[in-house]
Amino acid sequence: MSRNGPLALIFHAAFVIFMLAPIVVVCAVAFTPEGYLSFPTHGLSLRWFRAIADYPEFIHAFWLSIGLGALSATIALAVSVPAALAIARHRFVGRGLATTLFMSPLMIPNVVLGIAFLRFFSEIGVGGSFTGLVLAHIIFVFPYALRLTLASATGMDRAIEQAAISLGASEWTILRRITVPLILPGLVSGWTLAFIQSFDEVTMTVFVAAPGTQTLPVRMFLYIQDNIDPLVTSVSACVIAITATALIALDRLYGLERLLSGHAGTRDRE
Amino acid sequence: MREATQETRATRRLAPAAVPWLLSLPALLLFAAVLVIPLIMTILLSFHDWSQYGGIKPVLILKNWREIWSDPYYAEMFLRTFRIAALVTLVTALVGAPEAYILNRMRPPWRGLFVLVLLGPLLISVVARTLGWALLFGGRTGVVNAALINLHLIASPIPFMFTETGIVVALVHVLMPFMVLAVWTALQRLDPQIENAAASLGAGHLTILRRVILPQVVPGMLSGGIIVFALAASAFATPAIIGGRRLKVAATLAYDEFLNTLNWPLGAAVAVLLLVVLVAIVVTANRLTERRYAEVLG
Repeated sequence: MSRNGPLALIFHAAFVIFMLAPIVVVCAVAFTPEGYLSFPTHGLSLRWFRAIADYPEFIHAFWLSIGLGALSATIALAVSVPAALAIARHRFVGRGLATTLFMSPLMIPNVVLGIAFLRFFSEIGVGGSFTGLVLAHIIFVFPYALRLTLASATGMDRAIEQAAISLGASEWTILRRITVPLILPGLVSGWTLAFIQSFDEVTMTVFVAAPGTQTLPVRMFLYIQDNIDPLVTSVSACVIAITATALIALDRLYGLERLLSGHAGTRDRE
Repeated sequence: MREATQETRATRRLAPAAVPWLLSLPALLLFAAVLVIPLIMTILLSFHDWSQYGGIKPVLILKNWREIWSDPYYAEMFLRTFRIAALVTLVTALVGAPEAYILNRMRPPWRGLFVLVLLGPLLISVVARTLGWALLFGGRTGVVNAALINLHLIASPIPFMFTETGIVVALVHVLMPFMVLAVWTALQRLDPQIENAAASLGAGHLTILRRVILPQVVPGMLSGGIIVFALAASAFATPAIIGGRRLKVAATLAYDEFLNTLNWPLGAAVAVLLLVVLVAIVVTANRLTERRYAEVLG
């Protein structure tokens, strides 16, 4: 394999600058002493980080997003495992249709999902509630959970299960001691991706959330619609710092390339 | 324990055909109740009547659809939505494919580092990333415009806020990782020895690029392109922040009808139309690429 030439490296450098520039700018502006949004900034100050403390809505929204992501990813994963086993191991009538249905939230624009949930939840009386948010997010993250559980259930060597049966293991033991440990990497990836998707989602959630149940991205989006002060940049800088820390930890523990290479693949249609 | 064994015996006695259905039952029930019913309700909603003081009337009429069909405002808005999506797809393909190729030729640890640079932004809220672009271009003082003017590349600042250019630049940034990853996936299937074989048979760099690499990259570009197009056409936060109230796309228009004008039936009609057009485009594109590459790959 030949090395990249100088032209390729210049292109690559420009690409990296393009990808990082807006993120770096947001973090730089977070340290501005001014009372308005502008770049470049003059001087350094932590006033906008201190200002977060005076604005508990952001902190509340952050914890709500964490709880919502964890809960919806867990429920979506729990429901997706039996479905993945059915799709991976059985050929049944309606298998293709069921798979298409489970993957369909990827095809449906988030704005359509948001509208559909807004109408439906207000009719059944959970409009604007946390329950509504969880239901909406379970559907939204389900394809990510299913894709990765399905991939590991399909790739599993079934001879190991058959060996366990021939040695007299009960079905419960096989599930607990063989099947789940073997598909565990897929479950971890699926849960992580589902959590990330839920944590970042703004379009659908903006329709479903009420003032008391706004997630962090929704709170940020609505804040910059009405205000032009740098508070959102300091909040973003904090989230970026937390995300970067989590990424480095995940990379060390698990290998990020492996964890996220399913990211684009999950949006791939079959 | 004995109970558990008896239970498993009971499931074993079930007709084998029922097992996959039982396993997928929770997911099927969930999707029927929380996705299929709301979508049907939305389609019905788009046929309902609405008036400023009377609210929503549950009748089935074509009023909203006729309004979308006859008022050129909606045609212009949908045209803008799909024009932006097409431009974003084109730019991400032209920039993302070479970048994926360069990335694929990198060695560890550089490759891992730059994959992190590429994937990292996916994990940062679209709101923060779009705000970054607004700050970079914002007004006369924006650093990008100042730099371009100093380099004598442009005479006056490029207008960014409330323009299609602004939306396209920010969306290219948001959706670029999907294109690079799709092309990269295609490249990983490519055997590097083929390039060496072509070179040893006397093929020049350009010939290798054109005859060996490009044909293998194009399927990746197409599948990446379908994803990017679909996401760009239904993007909401970026066009809402940069386009504001002045420059609407389908998603932001539907949002305004729902949460500001409160004309839900009209908003539902816009959303349903977006869904139908998008599904039609994506399904057709998938069919075409599959057929084409089924022929090539035999």
